[in-house]
Amino acid sequence: MAEIIIKAEDICFSYESDHPTDKFPVLDHLNLEIEKGSFVAVLGYNGSGKSTLAKLLNLILTPTSGNLYLFGKKFDEETITEDEFFALRQRIGMVFQNPDNQLVATIVEEDVAFGPENLGIPPAEIRRRVDEALEIVGMKEFARHSPHQLSGGQKQRIAIAGIIALRPDVIIFDESTAMLDPRGRNDVLATIEKLNREFGTTILHITHYMEEAIRADRVIVVDGGKVTLDGTPREVFSQVRTVKAAGLDVPQVTELMLEINDDGFELPKDVLSYEEGAQAIADYIRKKKAGKNT
Amino acid sequence: MLKDITLGQYFPGNSLLHKLDPRLKLLLAVFYIVLIFLAKSAPAYILIFLFTVLIIAVSRISFGVVLRSLKPLIFVLIFTTLINVFWSNGTTVLWQLGPFAVTEEGIIRAVTMALRIVLLMASTSVILMYTTSPIALTDGIERLLSPLAKIKIPVHTFAMMMTMALRFIPTLLEETQKIINAQKARGADFDSGNVIDKAKALIPVLIPLLISQFRRAEELATAMECRCYRGGGNRTRMTVLRFALRDLFVALVVIALLAGIILLNIYFPPLLA
Repeated sequence: MAEIIIKAEDICFSYESDHPTDKFPVLDHLNLEIEKGSFVAVLGYNGSGKSTLAKLLNLILTPTSGNLYLFGKKFDEETITEDEFFALRQRIGMVFQNPDNQLVATIVEEDVAFGPENLGIPPAEIRRRVDEALEIVGMKEFARHSPHQLSGGQKQRIAIAGIIALRPDVIIFDESTAMLDPRGRNDVLATIEKLNREFGTTILHITHYMEEAIRADRVIVVDGGKVTLDGTPREVFSQVRTVKAAGLDVPQVTELMLEINDDGFELPKDVLSYEEGAQAIADYIRKKKAGKNT
Repeated sequence: MLKDITLGQYFPGNSLLHKLDPRLKLLLAVFYIVLIFLAKSAPAYILIFLFTVLIIAVSRISFGVVLRSLKPLIFVLIFTTLINVFWSNGTTVLWQLGPFAVTEEGIIRAVTMALRIVLLMASTSVILMYTTSPIALTDGIERLLSPLAKIKIPVHTFAMMMTMALRFIPTLLEETQKIINAQKARGADFDSGNVIDKAKALIPVLIPLLISQFRRAEELATAMECRCYRGGGNRTRMTVLRFALRDLFVALVVIALLAGIILLNIYFPPLLA
């Protein structure tokens, strides 16, 4: 088993509020372990606590109670030095939902350089990292463009390049595909997969698109501030009723299988794609026919 | 409609002026203003005039563009010329009407003053606006003023604010247009009525805009924190500004110009005593 790089133990979190009665826990004794090099999709309806979880892992928020272990070391707000704190932030990158609100410079390559510049890296090394990051996201030809000349998907890939240039071990995508058109979404998703497969970056992809979650190695469903389901996409989506109870959809074909089974058939429950579904039905019919003939 | 607004007037190019270090250009612009006001004798004026023409020629910005940049100055020019012609104290009276006396000194003063204003506007806009991108300019200002950081003036913060403002102007305009369209779709009328009605009609545009900008600022701040932003202290920059040989060359030419003007002032009588 691979090394555990993020471990959340009994994490609780509630937002500060002026009215004590409003204070409801966003995260409620949440437990989670993330292995190095894995591609994890986090699913949950709006307000389930999934974005709060991301902000906790990135140290924007600190848990109200519970223990957080990052890279094998317990995170302690009291004793951590500023340098250690920023070192952790550098290792856990985060890409947000709105690409426009993440880009700070008027020229693409200047923006990608922003992170490494903050780390105080020598100019020649920054140059190398910027070129490399733009190459990875496939935006090298736009290096001298201005962000407002780019499409949403392209801007989001620039935002990813800006994070890659920090050389993080983990990148958290907080609904980074939600505001994009289908094409932009696909480009961003392809970039995410590339980072995971080719560069071994650990990915935490927060989304509410099922088609995206299927592409991950592991799916976690967060509901009511707790992890309610955790497993491979097949394992998770075969639990159609639990997933739906969390306010989420399962892929249509998976739901179809469930409904057919409710009528007394025995089709596999862990079907995720249309092709698989068609095959499963065809196999089932063939088996029935063969059964009758003998 | 709003997208047509361009900020600053940068004309991308590849001339010597475009390639100069922005720090040098900032210093140069200030120095050039001093030179313009240093000229006293007629040949000195001619020299600085010719040199300004040379600057425009080197920048490859068309003279038409430079002349158009002087358009907003027409009123100021006419006004100062009239004042100088009619109200200056001269001894050589050319023409008199009641209390108004047109003197030779008055005319000379009016012409030199107008020339100074025109040269000032033309040279600074060519050096700083037309041939320097806004980002290079902010960068130049930050680095030029960086010694002030030692006496606790937040130079980096101001430069960062300027860069951000430049970055978000197109985004802001886009958003304004979106809100205007959305309000129009609900029957808002921005075009009829008097000035006060029109101003009132803008309130439903400005308030959503303001709210969305606050939200944006918050998100942006979080995103910057995630990219390890912690102020100017330990930052390095990807692009390093280095004075090149051409910068030295241009600096020497301008110093020669200073010497020329001083000499011409000494050897020729001043236009005005």
